[in-house]
Amino acid sequence: MATLNNIQAINQTLAEQMEKDPKVVVYGEDVGHEGGVFRATVGLQKKFGSKRCFDTPVSEAGLVGAGVGMAVNGLKPVAEIQFSGFMLPAFNQIVAHVSRMRNRSRGKYNVPMVIRMPYGGGIRALEHHSESQEALFGHIPGLKVVIPSTPYDTKGLLTSAIQDPDPVIFMEPKRIYRAFKQEVPDEEFTIPIGKAKVVKSGTDITVVAWGAMVREVQKAIKTLEEEGISVELIDLRTISPIDQTTIIESVQKTGRFLVVHEAVRSFGPGAELIALVNQHAFLSLEAPPSRLTGFDIIVPLDKGEHHYLINPQRIIYEIKKIIKF
Amino acid sequence: MLTKKYDPLKRKKLTILDETGSIVEKTLEPELSKDKLLEMYKVMLLGRIADIKGVQFQRQGRMLTYVINKGQEAAQVGVAAAMEKRDWLVPGFREFSALLYRGATLEQSYLYWYGNELGSKFNDDVKILPVNITIGAQLNHAVGIGMASDILGKDEVVVTYIGDGGTSEGEFHEALNFAAVFNAPVVFIIQNNHYAISFPRSKQTKTLTLAQKAIAYGIPGIQVDGNDPLAVYAATKEAIERARKGDGPTLIEAETYRLGAHTTSDDPTIYREDKEVEAWSKKDPLIRFKTYLTSKGYWSDKEDEKLNEELADYVTESFKKVEKTGLIPLEDIFKYHFAEMPPHLVEQYEEYKAYLQEVKE
Ligand SMILES: Cc1ncc(C[n+]2csc(CCOP(=O)(O)OP(=O)(O)O)c2C)c(N)n1
Repeated sequence: MATLNNIQAINQTLAEQMEKDPKVVVYGEDVGHEGGVFRATVGLQKKFGSKRCFDTPVSEAGLVGAGVGMAVNGLKPVAEIQFSGFMLPAFNQIVAHVSRMRNRSRGKYNVPMVIRMPYGGGIRALEHHSESQEALFGHIPGLKVVIPSTPYDTKGLLTSAIQDPDPVIFMEPKRIYRAFKQEVPDEEFTIPIGKAKVVKSGTDITVVAWGAMVREVQKAIKTLEEEGISVELIDLRTISPIDQTTIIESVQKTGRFLVVHEAVRSFGPGAELIALVNQHAFLSLEAPPSRLTGFDIIVPLDKGEHHYLINPQRIIYEIKKIIKF
Repeated sequence: MLTKKYDPLKRKKLTILDETGSIVEKTLEPELSKDKLLEMYKVMLLGRIADIKGVQFQRQGRMLTYVINKGQEAAQVGVAAAMEKRDWLVPGFREFSALLYRGATLEQSYLYWYGNELGSKFNDDVKILPVNITIGAQLNHAVGIGMASDILGKDEVVVTYIGDGGTSEGEFHEALNFAAVFNAPVVFIIQNNHYAISFPRSKQTKTLTLAQKAIAYGIPGIQVDGNDPLAVYAATKEAIERARKGDGPTLIEAETYRLGAHTTSDDPTIYREDKEVEAWSKKDPLIRFKTYLTSKGYWSDKEDEKLNEELADYVTESFKKVEKTGLIPLEDIFKYHFAEMPPHLVEQYEEYKAYLQEVKE
């Protein structure tokens, strides 16, 4: 078993799946020769050749659109969008075609493609390099949306995504690409898409988070436990489809609910989760289900970003408010 | 007409001032006053020094990710110098010196890369759109500005920029077609610096030149030596005059080279040889321009030395002022989304302020 960070876990998984399945092709801007701006695809072109791992011109609509065609004609494309902020030129392809081909052709064609993209803030970056757009994808029928938060999950979920018969948007919290390492099995394993993980069980409140926010909640929990507040932390892992059962059962047990997400608030995944809790665990609730999210603003550049980012202190504050209700 | 004489399909490239600093096309040498030439040189040198120091500040942890312009000063100042005050500049993200020439202050330009949106708010009389990071989108904005100028009878020409990699985006093609169809007064500048991060120009497109893409849209295109400020100036001047007369858009490919990394986060040794960089260093636009100015008797080594020192101090002082700006006030991250802050934003702002107050106590 090797100890890997998130980037290394991606790299290992891609290599493993390319080895196993000659239909897997990995490509995108700067993905081939350079190995990606975050180095997720380092060494793959050397190992598998430039027909299996290649650079594309600067053209997101082109690379996602061609992915649809490659998928229809027998390949398993794993495309990288350099930053999630740059998927927008490809949004037409994703929304109007990637997600619809199966339904449109009544099952004759499917698009088993994975679109990987780093997302999220906290890296002191330029404009368009810090947003969290999971809700945009979650809103699209026909797309699966997955977000790992650890190297272990990255490998298990990415393996599932590549093997999935349908399109998967695989969003990678870039802020924790190299934040920590974890033991990851060398051999192939999968983590099911659509299944959340109870990271820590607790009795007073259910907190749902994903991506980089999981670690922030974990830090908050340390302080809260010292003060006698017992938190059940769920890592959602899949934004769409949501694992309803795990969340509902947890809230039925704890009676309180908080969702923490980095994405802007309005029409965000938090609203979806709260609706779910209201609908299915209403009678168990001891306080209004709540959300701690980004403000409804454009992620500020570095000198204002600290206001936008959610830190453990705010999570603690929010949880105490709910407990005191 | 330069665009007739320098046919990109035949890979005819316009050079007026060659890399040794000699005029190779005497008849084409633009008639520029001493003052104007020196102004161009000074902004190029300022751009160069600010760029080198920008990278140093970044290495010292005082600046964020910084986009490096070194080597591309002629492709920027040559263009900007050909514009009139009433004309618009619509940049991508690698036009530092063009912005300086068109009236962005050094402090503003630095402030942006320092991570403060105020760096995109230029002075009232400065017609520059903010830096655009999403490759390609800016070109269509430029087209629209040109259309508005036409519809409103404003007599303004728009100059816009993109990189060699950017020519692969759909918006590049849509913008050229739009500009052509609407006969918009727009000059498109491609700064072909030979790389899109790690991806070389030679693989980006099958065409021999980028300038020849103009032909598909029915507009003139020309390739110029982008390290030759005079060629860049002359081609832009002609294109702007054409646009102003109502004869529509032009595509100019300025062939240059990015001597530095893509940004401070990039490691160019992965994708290019030092030898290549050395060869291009010999074509440095500043060296040839200085030689030219000196041979004309407009400039001397001594003056150059003095200017270098002055500008270095000016750059250091400007950056210190930028550093004093500190953090962005909370209100500013909320208040610019709409003319008036809607209730839900007011609520989020007030709630967060109350929270900050409470945890402070
Ligand atoms: C729509 C979009 N896709 C991808 C990126 C990421 N990116 C930033 S710069 C760059 C390469 C651009 O190359 P080129 O157009 O040649 O300009 P240069 O950076 O060389 O000035 C890429 C792919 C982006 N900013 N916008």
